[in-house]
Amino acid sequence: MIDMHWLYAFAGAVFASFAVSSVRERGNAKRWGNAAFWSLVALNFWFGDLLGDIGNGVLVLALVALAGFHLLGRGTAESTTIKERERFSERYGNKLFLPALIIPFTAFIGTLLFNYTPLRDSGLIEAKSVTLVLLGVGVIVALIVCYLWLRPLPMSSVDEGGRLANAIGWALVLPQMLAALGAVFAAAGVGATIGAVAGAIIPQGSIFLAVLLYALGMVVFTMIMGNAFAAFPVMTAAIGFPILIQQDGGRAAVIGAVGMLAGYCGTLMTPMAANFNIVPAALLELKNQYGVVKVQVATAIPLLICNIIILYVAGFRL
Amino acid sequence: MTNYWPLLGIVLVVLGFALRFNPLLVVAVSAIVTGLLGHMPFLKVLGVLGHGFNENRIVTLIYIVLPVIGLLERYGLQQQARALIMRMRGATTGRLLVVYMVFRQLLAALGLTSVAGQAQTVRPLVAPMALAAAEKEHGALDEDTAERVKAMSAATDNVGLFYGEDIFIAVSSILLIQGALKAFGIELTPFELSVWAIPSAICAFVIHSTRLLWLDRILSRHPRGRGGPAAFKENPDSRFRGNDEA
Repeated sequence: MIDMHWLYAFAGAVFASFAVSSVRERGNAKRWGNAAFWSLVALNFWFGDLLGDIGNGVLVLALVALAGFHLLGRGTAESTTIKERERFSERYGNKLFLPALIIPFTAFIGTLLFNYTPLRDSGLIEAKSVTLVLLGVGVIVALIVCYLWLRPLPMSSVDEGGRLANAIGWALVLPQMLAALGAVFAAAGVGATIGAVAGAIIPQGSIFLAVLLYALGMVVFTMIMGNAFAAFPVMTAAIGFPILIQQDGGRAAVIGAVGMLAGYCGTLMTPMAANFNIVPAALLELKNQYGVVKVQVATAIPLLICNIIILYVAGFRL
Repeated sequence: MTNYWPLLGIVLVVLGFALRFNPLLVVAVSAIVTGLLGHMPFLKVLGVLGHGFNENRIVTLIYIVLPVIGLLERYGLQQQARALIMRMRGATTGRLLVVYMVFRQLLAALGLTSVAGQAQTVRPLVAPMALAAAEKEHGALDEDTAERVKAMSAATDNVGLFYGEDIFIAVSSILLIQGALKAFGIELTPFELSVWAIPSAICAFVIHSTRLLWLDRILSRHPRGRGGPAAFKENPDSRFRGNDEA
């Protein structure tokens, strides 16, 4: 059965190719630092389950050392110039979109085909990983199509992938790193402590104030953890269940579902949600690393107000 | 007696991010300090950190698309995205992003969260198109305006994803809500929860679309900038490059 491990093996190969491309970049003084960084990521994808917890911990420290001592750096990786690209774009036209669309379409059509045909019972692909596995298949198909059609140099996809990876740099592993921080926070009891603090400052007698505190608690805790999933169980245990559902008789489905969505307003406003807020700033080459967060605040705050109203009205008044 | 000291780890993260130390370093230091203050021996902290890192490889997985995106960029994908928008009449930045958000919300509501995203669609297609639409309507953009259009493209993807995915019954957050409430003896089906994601999804759409259409008005007022196409020319002045060379 094809499961996540196949995909991790493929991802390991892709990261190893970034390392190879980094070494090939002779003009870059930091090419060995880049190569070491991507090699460690490849190692994690390939052998993470064999390294053991301490082994992975040492690997994490090595990644941090490379980034912390400024051993990573983007070079002046050779690619085509903007002029050349404009010529290519005139030559190939809208067909250039096709390989890019192969990836989402393989994932989309493939997931539907898999879920609504007997393929589902064939056991070919692990059911919960279908979309991601097909995304990987899409990447391979798209690469084959590109090579057959555009006939680039053999190493072009390696070099271009490495160019983008080195443009993103350490930010690429930040989301995974923050998830690991979340695990340490949980083990050290940070969530339980915050829950206890939030629970202790609940005002008695006002349902609206309790709703407000629940939603704001979700937002603040989500901003700290970078993830509403970490905040939800804590806030449910502190306020959502004992106060809103049990004491005030609120509708549980609303308290749960909309409480989580209030937390997502926090996700929009925090650099800790690195994969949504920091990595895109690097991907889009923004000057301000907090540029994405900055424009999201004006959507998040009115949306939070809406969520609080929905919580109160649908949870208690309908 | 509650041990409040581990909360110092949070303070370290906030300070570290605010002072713009390398985020990987900030996170590692915070993790170790938090663990030690929580009375965990160093090797235990290291193990929890390593375990957490290994268990979450899935969040880094999406970058397997980079070789394809990079290769297509080499052959003018972004330039073609621009050219397409330049030929399209009535395509403004705001309208384009509203259409993208509709797709993103609907796909996410069908459970197809990873068919679009920052690496898959925003960098190669959506952001260059949004920039091209702005330049077509309003001439060359100054740097701040180009930055704002790019940031809005990324933001639109996030808002569409967050306020679409919970409508799908099998998404992990719905399962998490169900599990957390079940621990208190409340039995709900995923469907009962996911219908309550719909009002917020509508609010998100209305609020963010209004902002996007408002962006068109702001763009029409902004002072014309100089210089050529602002799309992703490798920017040597960039203070933030995803890797620091301070």
